Amino acid sequence: MWDVISTFWLQHAPVLSVLLPVFTAVGLLLIGDSASSGGTGADGRQRWGARLSMASVLLGLFMAVQLVHHASGGDLLVYQLGEWPAPFGIVLVLDRLSALMVLLTYLVAVPVLWYATGGWDTRGRHFHALFQFQLMGLCGAFLTGDLFNLFVFFEVLLIASYVLLVHGQGRERFRMGVHYVVLNLAASGLFLIGLALVYAVTGTLNMTDVALRVGQLTGDSAVLARAAALVLLVVFGLKAALVPLYFWLPGTYASASAPVAALFAIMTKVGVYSIIRVHWGIFGAEAGEAAFAAQAWLLPLALATSVLGVLGALAAHSMGRLVAYLTVSSVGTILAGVGLYSPATLSASLYYTLHSTVVIAGLFLLVELMAAQRGDALDKLRPAAAVREPVLLGLMMIFGAASAAGLPPLPGFLGKLMILESSSGLPAQVWVWAVVLSVGFFTIVGLARAGVIVFWHIQPDEGQGNPGSGSSVKLLSAVWAFMALTLAMAVLASPVKRYTDAATAQLADQAAYARAVLGMTGAPTTRPYDGQRTPAAAPTEETR
Amino acid sequence: MEFLLATGIGFVTACAIYLMLRGRTFPVVLGLSLLGYAVNVFIFAMGRLWSNAQPILVGDGPVADPLPQALVLTAIVIGFATTGFVIELALRSRHESGSDHVDGHEPGHAPGYRSAATAPAGKSGGQA
Repeated sequence: MWDVISTFWLQHAPVLSVLLPVFTAVGLLLIGDSASSGGTGADGRQRWGARLSMASVLLGLFMAVQLVHHASGGDLLVYQLGEWPAPFGIVLVLDRLSALMVLLTYLVAVPVLWYATGGWDTRGRHFHALFQFQLMGLCGAFLTGDLFNLFVFFEVLLIASYVLLVHGQGRERFRMGVHYVVLNLAASGLFLIGLALVYAVTGTLNMTDVALRVGQLTGDSAVLARAAALVLLVVFGLKAALVPLYFWLPGTYASASAPVAALFAIMTKVGVYSIIRVHWGIFGAEAGEAAFAAQAWLLPLALATSVLGVLGALAAHSMGRLVAYLTVSSVGTILAGVGLYSPATLSASLYYTLHSTVVIAGLFLLVELMAAQRGDALDKLRPAAAVREPVLLGLMMIFGAASAAGLPPLPGFLGKLMILESSSGLPAQVWVWAVVLSVGFFTIVGLARAGVIVFWHIQPDEGQGNPGSGSSVKLLSAVWAFMALTLAMAVLASPVKRYTDAATAQLADQAAYARAVLGMTGAPTTRPYDGQRTPAAAPTEETR
Repeated sequence: MEFLLATGIGFVTACAIYLMLRGRTFPVVLGLSLLGYAVNVFIFAMGRLWSNAQPILVGDGPVADPLPQALVLTAIVIGFATTGFVIELALRSRHESGSDHVDGHEPGHAPGYRSAATAPAGKSGGQA
């Protein structure tokens, strides 16, 4: 029995990770929620919906751990949807990097969903179903081995995120929602233009096949390929909040409800992941004339992102915006490691990605807990009523701040140290060191400023309208889970680093990808396209 | 044909960008739709231009590249869904803020001026 299950699982693992959230979401829609039914029994439905959602996410976490366990062996798991062979069929590819990102998604999703069941999920309709659709989009985007499918999963996760953003309603959310949706739709158009250019020059959209074909391009085709790479950099830069394209992020994340903002912490990482896939995997060292198309742009923009993000954090007038700007800043640090185009820095960046996602998600939740205890001031950074649990929340804030800023012995410090160490000897070393170190310093200043205002600048007379005691253990436990994850990442730094090193090495091994995805014979190509049928198409014609 | 198609796509894209830079939500939505059309035709063109060629293997003669057609189909479906959503969102935003400006307030007015006396800024619930 167990053998059958494990064989089935190994055979279908990538697609099951995508299908699990979909089926859960459909089930949740069938159950319905209180707002759509009303009357008696609605609360029960809500409760069952929350339980189903939670159970599904826990199962997903278990599956993600299995995926990482499987991928850590170094095998590529290729899943051909409908058994159509690549490059024209769609494939899902599980390698170390994608398994790691799926695991990260679920590590964020479980505490966030636990937090959301503490009340947020009842403030709008179909929260759980949308949450599952968002997970589907995230897992799909991480697992797909096809550029067009990357676009499709981007749309899935974005549509879910549009609705999650306005979850709970309020004028501010709709205002930011319009900006967010319009920007992302424009970016989707640009994404398609980039894909069409890639298709025009290579005749395929399978990532592995594109990577092989790009290397053979010369002359005008190579120039077009470079243009496509830069168009895609703009698109992914918008998702990741790279420098000229980050203005939407702070307002959007600050206006979203806390669990949604915490979940969105992973969405910038989708942009980072796509940049790694496209600009390392496809337009990397082996791309011939189109190699390193983004090199001149990525590193300077990433460093500028880091600096401007932390300046925004210093100037923020509310805690939500502060954490949102820290997101921008951390993305800059991550992309600096990616933009250095050395395997060691990429590995360090991956470690830092894990850490910053977890810490920022935890900070978003913590900020709401603090805001809930400050009366009318909410998360505005101005003197207001005292927080009712200054010691507990204060210590948690210090923990989060120390890790976000990179103080030893927390993983933020380890991640930054890895980036600094791995960049030594490279031409841009001075810039990277200067930016990473000063950004760490200013992050401390910004968070200390927030902490001082929230915990010490107290106006006692405003504290009258705050009945009730402290935060519920349920909400606190979600934040504690993120802290435990942070600690675990510090303790397990060595195995995690070994894994990211292996993931980076695997990314560079294009021959292995080609063998696994395209088979031993290699793939037929349609470029240059002449309108004639290839000989391979003839037998199928005869059998009709 | 190449010149006509290229200038056509360019013209539609230019109109789309102009409309998307307007301040009201309706022109912005129109601009997004136009951009979608331009992009779809662009994807077609990237599969090389053929006249009188079949995308399905029937009989003899030249064959048009079928893959861009599949891509365009998917892109159209997604474009419909997102356009529908953005229209609904724009209507709701107009309802919440009392202005169809993309910023949620008329130029020259502070955000939330309309009902500032009745509800604290950013926290107006609206009727569901």
